[in-house]
Amino acid sequence: MARVPKSTGSFGYDAWGYNEDTTKLALAVCKLLYDKYFRVEASGLENIPARGRLLLISNHGGQLPFDGLMIGVAAATNPHGPRAVRGMIERFFPTVPWLGNLMNAMGGVIGDPLNCTKMLEAEEAILVFPEGVRGSGKLYKDRYQLQRFGTGFMYLAMHHHTPIVPLAVIGAEETMPALANLKPIAKLLGLPYFPLLPVYAPLPARISLHFGAPLYFKGESADEAEVGDRVEQVKDAIRKLIEQGLAARQSVF
Amino acid sequence: MGAHPNTIVSAAGAANGRKTVLVTGAAGSLAKRVICKLQGQHQVIAVDFRNKVETDAGMPSYLVELHKRGFEDVFHKHKIDAVIHIGRIFTHEKTRQQRYNANVLGSKRLLDLSLKHGVTQTIIHSSYFVYGASAYNPALLDEDAPLKATEISQDLVDSVELESLANIYLWKHPSLNISILRPCNVLGPGVRNSMSILLSRPLAPVLIGFSPLMQFLHVDDMADAILLAFNQNQPGIYNVAPDDYVPFQEAVTQCGCGRLPIPSIPPALPKMISNALNWNAFFPPYLINYFKYPVILDGALFREKFGWKPRRNLNDIFSYYRKQKLAVGHS
Repeated sequence: MARVPKSTGSFGYDAWGYNEDTTKLALAVCKLLYDKYFRVEASGLENIPARGRLLLISNHGGQLPFDGLMIGVAAATNPHGPRAVRGMIERFFPTVPWLGNLMNAMGGVIGDPLNCTKMLEAEEAILVFPEGVRGSGKLYKDRYQLQRFGTGFMYLAMHHHTPIVPLAVIGAEETMPALANLKPIAKLLGLPYFPLLPVYAPLPARISLHFGAPLYFKGESADEAEVGDRVEQVKDAIRKLIEQGLAARQSVF
Repeated sequence: MGAHPNTIVSAAGAANGRKTVLVTGAAGSLAKRVICKLQGQHQVIAVDFRNKVETDAGMPSYLVELHKRGFEDVFHKHKIDAVIHIGRIFTHEKTRQQRYNANVLGSKRLLDLSLKHGVTQTIIHSSYFVYGASAYNPALLDEDAPLKATEISQDLVDSVELESLANIYLWKHPSLNISILRPCNVLGPGVRNSMSILLSRPLAPVLIGFSPLMQFLHVDDMADAILLAFNQNQPGIYNVAPDDYVPFQEAVTQCGCGRLPIPSIPPALPKMISNALNWNAFFPPYLINYFKYPVILDGALFREKFGWKPRRNLNDIFSYYRKQKLAVGHS
């Protein structure tokens, strides 16, 4: 962690609540999951720049954000230069006791445009799942089918001259294979979705991460249609990485 | 009201750079420090609504409420060049109506009189409370972030209204050269705001499961900031905050307070507890959200424009509260 290019204040916190000590602890626990449980393999880690602003754009799946955690471990332990990745969290998390503070301390922030702007200006690496809950909440039968992408990340990349590293996560979809979305229960609990699962625990599926080459987009004055085309380019890059990852996969568990 | 016996009706001393500066809230610890720094270079007129401040010879001092008619006499007696408006009834003092009268109507009257009597510089001391504490707040709020405090409580209306008034006068009357300063939590010896009172207590209430990130500023650094704003006269709105952050519960521990855990769910419960135990002075029901969600300011604009940097760090600030408790313990 000492090699992570990141500045914090006198008590080890940054403006968004990231804390070095908490991150170290969380990293130790997640590294166990990474190595022993999900047996994660990462390729293309050399594509993550060792310094400077960055947007990691990934597919999303598996109900709970284990994909985000594993990407965080891969970036923090990257032999080509460790990075502390900032994950965008749902807006209701800060209202949950303990969990909100814990997620902030581990680098999570609510996906507000001002947060992203200021973090990119501070040369941070941000992880975005442009599918949001559409991706994580989808059913097992729809696995590896990219849902609609939000376009916010593309505006950020263009306005703040930030490279995009496309990324495919293979295996997270199989950790929690949802058979149905129990909408009434989700509504009752105030959650975005509530899956019907065979087992209410993550299955030990093998996860692989495939980082693609950085993409650069210029031109701040692009219109909505142009931005949409560029988002499609990123989506295509991720789709290609997913296909390659699925083809290379030898066993699900 | 009454003037100091040695009062001399001062003329504008603009020629030699000496100004006549009216400072409100003069009995407070921040204003006292500002006055101390102004003295010698400028003629200070001290005004407070709480008590008549004992001042050095030659410094007129008045006990007056800004929204009362008699306040204009101060402008008749002195040719005032600049106003530093620090005096405020804190959110835990008096009723909502009285606060509104003093803070909003009083400030309006102060601005109107300043306009009428040719004041050429005005500094308004506001607060980070105006942004409101919400779970959806991004960090590093800029000065142009919406002021959402009134979403939380009617009790913060006066803070926001005072700001909007100052904003109207800022663009409508450029001759007043208004600077609005929005500091984070100001702490230190003599400071009587609710955070300072809370951290002076042996046992501080904390919400279970919530420890919002906070920014703290030593009262001496805030006084320096006001002085810089006064000396450089660059009208505008500025956050005044350091780029260092600490969670509330850590600050409580660092100040030597014990933590008194308060149930945080359902959200109405801590408010009821605060009401029932009459914790209005240090953990008031309408400020509970500020102990739950962070309001982190981006102070870069002020730091860069005025070349200001706080000279005391978090540990310097907290050590005062630690030592204060040790002193009480030994006595």
